[in-house]
Amino acid sequence: MHITSPAFKDNARAALDDDALQRALGNVRSGFIGKRAKAAAALPEFEQLRDAARDIKDHVLAHLDLYLEAYADKVEASGGHVHWAQDAEDARRIILGICEAKKARTVTKGKSMITEEIGLNAFLEEHAVTPVETDLGEYIIQLRGEHPSHIIAPAVHVNKDQVEEDFRRVHTHLDPARNLEEPTTLLSEARAVLRDKYFQADIGITGANFLVAETGSSIIVTNEGNGDLTQILPKTHIVVASVEKVVPTLEDMSQILRVLARSATGQDMSVYTTLSTGPKRPEDPDGPEDYHVVLLDNGRSAMLGSEFQEMLRCIRCGACMNHCPVYHAVGGHAYGWVYPGPMGAVLTPSLIGVDQAGHLPNASTFCGRCESVCPMRIPLPKMMRHWREREFSRNLNPAAARYGLGLWAFFAKRPAVYHAAMRLAIGTLSRLGRRSGRFASLPFAGGWTRFRDLPAPQGATFQAQWAKKRKSA
Amino acid sequence: MSDARSAILARMRASLGQRAEDAARRAAVADRLQRAPRGIVPQRGQLDPAARTELFCKMAEAVQASVARVASAAAVPGEVSAYLKTHNLPARVRMGADARLAAMPWAGEPHLEIASGRAEGSDLATVSHAIGGVAETGTLVLTAGSDNPTTLNFLPEHHIAVVRESDLVGDYESIWDRLRQIHGKGVMPRTVNMITGPSRSADIEQTLLLGAHGPRALHIIVVAD
Repeated sequence: MHITSPAFKDNARAALDDDALQRALGNVRSGFIGKRAKAAAALPEFEQLRDAARDIKDHVLAHLDLYLEAYADKVEASGGHVHWAQDAEDARRIILGICEAKKARTVTKGKSMITEEIGLNAFLEEHAVTPVETDLGEYIIQLRGEHPSHIIAPAVHVNKDQVEEDFRRVHTHLDPARNLEEPTTLLSEARAVLRDKYFQADIGITGANFLVAETGSSIIVTNEGNGDLTQILPKTHIVVASVEKVVPTLEDMSQILRVLARSATGQDMSVYTTLSTGPKRPEDPDGPEDYHVVLLDNGRSAMLGSEFQEMLRCIRCGACMNHCPVYHAVGGHAYGWVYPGPMGAVLTPSLIGVDQAGHLPNASTFCGRCESVCPMRIPLPKMMRHWREREFSRNLNPAAARYGLGLWAFFAKRPAVYHAAMRLAIGTLSRLGRRSGRFASLPFAGGWTRFRDLPAPQGATFQAQWAKKRKSA
Repeated sequence: MSDARSAILARMRASLGQRAEDAARRAAVADRLQRAPRGIVPQRGQLDPAARTELFCKMAEAVQASVARVASAAAVPGEVSAYLKTHNLPARVRMGADARLAAMPWAGEPHLEIASGRAEGSDLATVSHAIGGVAETGTLVLTAGSDNPTTLNFLPEHHIAVVRESDLVGDYESIWDRLRQIHGKGVMPRTVNMITGPSRSADIEQTLLLGAHGPRALHIIVVAD
């Protein structure tokens, strides 16, 4: 997919002016936060489970090579095939190879961010294979020619009237006079249209929430049931998963499951948690005859042992973006690639390079809400700071920012000079702004005053006021 | 593809500063896979059998499943008929070859037509037998096979799932123990479905709607035994 992360500032500005998007983003602000808080509060062991989940993934990452070997052996022992993909191109080629071997024309897909990461849909289309997204949100954005704007609610940027328009445009076999006012009618229509696709598909492709080394199972967690129909009706099931999805045992998976849905949608458990192991057995009347797993590295092995290793604990619940004031303001598309929000601000520079994605770790207020709700306790703000440092050390920031930071650092390292300069500046500004109490424009502060007035300082510096207060007390 | 495999694994070892033959690391992995430590198991489900059943039913109803409790397996066919009637459904269900279901007195419901085998897209109602249920979250657990084909769980509008009260457990971990007993350690049926309520989606303006692609309704029959 075309990367627009370098244009984050322009994307963000456009997003703020997009009325339909702003209306849709209201649903993120109002819904997710309360639901997660309620679910977390209802389980006394929730915080302990977060610790346990973090420790499991830390253990896995320290032994990732060995758990992957154990997992791959088990998949093969159960009759499945494992393919190793070093990068996106490898993965696309492997998947297309399976499609060609099976002479597949239509492929149904369960929701998968990894297939977004490798740009699978566009690639399959170029090679005469039609991918059909079956998750309702993914289906809607596929009709619109868009990409997900959220990792668990891909169409969260779309309003109901827009869905209605898209359905009328694409479902031309249906009565144009039909009433589509109610969301449930839209859902029923998508259900009926997609039902046929499941039966027509030659191959079903899903992602994986977990890969269990103990059993060689791939696990998907969904609410709609589309992932299950995708993987049990076609003759071939392909799982595409990144290497860090592996967990040791079913018990370890259960620990993380208990924090996953609660953090994501505020459910205690998603509706369908499905464990798939190998192809169907001789006695099975349904299920795929062939089972393939494509294990994708795509830069992750290089994150091991680095200051970004902890990012590989991420289970893609979306809690960080659900709680992020920046995401709330601009939505997911502004981030310019597959992964938005705080997790995207850390992961995207790792996967596509900080020279392309340098704006993302800067698009943060450092309020810390993402880390406070992350079920895997990933220190997202800290890692955004690591990216800012790398960006600075590689001279990627604009000259003005570097010069400004250098100037600030000069003063910050010399407290006496700093305080003197602050006293002078605050005193001057306070006198200049005495009449109106604010500035509509100010040299070097255009970035602020273009959008709002800058309040004039009231009297002395904070340090001076603090000292005075302590003295009088 | 084996060179991709060795390249990826070699990069991981290099990043981690480890060597492949490190016996201590291998032992740590083998030990965890063997022991499968349980971790934190919520107190919520750790109850005596009667309270566990109560909790299972309450949690399942909280996620919009409907629950009927019957006194014995012999009462299941009657309950299935009654459910279909209440929901204005034709007196027809599909089910697999499950011996527990087969042993039930279906002849007592002469109007009820029973189709067998895997589900078809046109089936309105199916019946399957769960291997257990987890009280913690009101979750049913079903396994693939000719006894209870997986399609029965996903294709119909109404999925009726039978579970024995004695098969209800407090937590997911107890289900894994049972699967290991039945299939052996590290061996799994093709598909294990953990099902918590009927299918749903909130993809349109975050409004929760039931019946996205799977069943619109999940009816659980808990059999006392």
